[in-house]
Amino acid sequence: MAALALLQTVVADMRAPQFMMPSQFKFVLPLLAAIALLAASTAQAANAKLEQIIAPAPHSTADHSKFKELNREFKNGPEVTKACLTCHTEAAKQVQHTKHWTWESTDPKTGKVRGKKNIINNYCTSPVSNENDCMACHAGYGWKDDKFDFKAEQNVDCLICHDQTGTYRKLPGFAGHPVYKRVEFPHGSGKFVEAVNLKKVAQSIGMPTRSNCGSCHFFGAGGNGAKHGDLDSSLQHPGKYLDVHMDEKGLNFYCTTCHATSHHEVSGSRYDTAAAVKGPAHIRGKQDASPASCQSCHSNKPHHEAMLNQHTDKLACQTCHIPEYARNQIGTESSWDWSLATQMGPDGKPMAYKDSAGRRAFDSKKGKWEWDSYVMPEYRWYNGYSDYKVIGDKIDPSKTVHINEVGGSPNDPDSRIWPVKVHRGKQPYDKVNNYLTVQHTAGEDHTALWHNYDWQKAIAAGMKAAKLPYSGEFGFVDTAMTWPITHMVAPKGDALSCAQCHSKNGRLKDIEGVYMPARDSNRWLDLIGWTLVVLTLFGVLMHGVLRLYASKKKG
Amino acid sequence: MNTANRIYLYNRYERFWHWSQALLVISMLITGFEVHGSFTLFGFEQAVNLHTLSAWTLLTLWAFTIFWQFTTGEWRQYIPTLKKVDAMVRYYAFGIFRHAPNPFQKTADKKHNPLQRLAYLALLSMLSPIIWGSGLLYLFYASWASLGVDGYLSLEAVALVHTAGAFLMLVFFIAHVYLTTTGHTPTAHIKTMITGWEEAD
Repeated sequence: MAALALLQTVVADMRAPQFMMPSQFKFVLPLLAAIALLAASTAQAANAKLEQIIAPAPHSTADHSKFKELNREFKNGPEVTKACLTCHTEAAKQVQHTKHWTWESTDPKTGKVRGKKNIINNYCTSPVSNENDCMACHAGYGWKDDKFDFKAEQNVDCLICHDQTGTYRKLPGFAGHPVYKRVEFPHGSGKFVEAVNLKKVAQSIGMPTRSNCGSCHFFGAGGNGAKHGDLDSSLQHPGKYLDVHMDEKGLNFYCTTCHATSHHEVSGSRYDTAAAVKGPAHIRGKQDASPASCQSCHSNKPHHEAMLNQHTDKLACQTCHIPEYARNQIGTESSWDWSLATQMGPDGKPMAYKDSAGRRAFDSKKGKWEWDSYVMPEYRWYNGYSDYKVIGDKIDPSKTVHINEVGGSPNDPDSRIWPVKVHRGKQPYDKVNNYLTVQHTAGEDHTALWHNYDWQKAIAAGMKAAKLPYSGEFGFVDTAMTWPITHMVAPKGDALSCAQCHSKNGRLKDIEGVYMPARDSNRWLDLIGWTLVVLTLFGVLMHGVLRLYASKKKG
Repeated sequence: MNTANRIYLYNRYERFWHWSQALLVISMLITGFEVHGSFTLFGFEQAVNLHTLSAWTLLTLWAFTIFWQFTTGEWRQYIPTLKKVDAMVRYYAFGIFRHAPNPFQKTADKKHNPLQRLAYLALLSMLSPIIWGSGLLYLFYASWASLGVDGYLSLEAVALVHTAGAFLMLVFFIAHVYLTTTGHTPTAHIKTMITGWEEAD
């Protein structure tokens, strides 16, 4: 096995771009290879993929597989974190200041504390009382209820963002831990997930790739592409058509190329978006709060044609350059109707079925979904500010409840017309107290909706965990959530053409407060103008006819 | 042909200027109303490009023509007069149907009848500034802030003024084309404008 390990190192080195084979190795290598093949012919196939992946990141100055702190077995994630912190002394403290850790975001206008922890989103609703499942996407270990220690540094999960083996997975039901023992998943499915090899993972460490970010952000709301629409697993290996920057054979951007990160604070957020960046492209050394914007590289006058550049005072780049989102068969969820959850199949048992493209369409646990691919966005004035409803905020059940309302108006110099995804649905609410309810959905206990199919128990348990009074009466209300679209930037040839907006029934037909040639005109001016034209035509025609008549008479 | 009855009215440059201007005005009317959303012919993008190209071409043509007008003294053709205006109005309203003689005879010094002078002068001094002023503002929308005019203007107002100018231009165009048929034969004026030679009755 030692020979195998050596072979792995050699193979790994060969894959590094700077690899130059030392001359003395030229003789040893075939021998080693032969021994290794004999010794581990069966294990080799299984390890082949791993060997490929754990080549050290090409530009890193550190090969973590050479660190003695990592050359040991680890029982669990926190043990790995402690090892990381022996060198990276400030890393956990840094992470603990970020949204990836707190799941909180403070409203700059009102001071209201939003974030995943506090809002009720339009998909799985709230993580409160469901932490065991939801925290599979928390960058930490052990957040299973409101007693989680946010100060404990070993609870920070370094690996979910830095693993380069692609083997580190966090499953729902483990409060943010990977599986340390082979486990059947989903429960009762007959499928098994192997225990994670923490040593391998820890030794593979590198800067986050698309796969790291994507392990959560591609699968939000519990399904590939379900949540965002402009983020799904197709961005792991995207072509130019899907994303001109991330194109694997072209620019090959990682998420972090734009979401430039310093002290673990990842730039760019839908909670506070830089919606109207002005001025020239940034130069090195410039301190800026919004490096994740298009303009930080392209400036706000990126076109050769002045006429196109002058659109940047009203339009976000994304409006023309992301003509459609979810540009693949994965698609994205357009609605989630919770009111049909607990509805059973004809045999009285829970049922679930998929749509024709193989995407979840109904589940007795969760209700009914609708999906869409190649989606034309809706458009909104947006200034980067979003007003979110948080748990306990009053609602008006006679109207659609907007989970968030994007700020902005035509007269606001910091607003631009943005493409958005609007995800619609129905959610339970407290009919007496008039707020959306928190429900205990995930789990194996008797109050969990997905276990016992009893709304009353699930809501009562959820509201108790959220420390909110529940009247005992619930109904369902129409809801909507708005997502600014910013990923899946198309090649320029696929950008919108002028007439897609400059026409009577174009994409921006409902956008107010801006005069658009070919879409807009003044009714009175047109009426008077054309009347004048017709009268003139009629006048000269009559004059001509009379002349003709007069000359005939003479002739 | 009796050469005594022919006068050379429009020299080569004048004819070149007239017909290229005619072509550009027609092009701008068609593309302009397409940009306005009245119909689809070239597609919005091409219409905008052609409209802009025509505008710059026409401005260039005008630069040369204004120079020509002043160096040749032809600008005097546009000095307004009220003399015989009433006679011209009466001619177009009544006389023309009774085959009364045209009260105005063209000469090389006075190529335009008094009504024409007034119409062309109005076109030059009123309609033209409206169209060009609003058109250039429209074209340089991106520079409004640096010109310091963004506080006083809205694209909508500029577009409406420009459109109003376009309607008036279209009315002029229709009337102008019709009036070219009122010579001693329906095509006489047009022939003159092509050959430069006016044949007297």
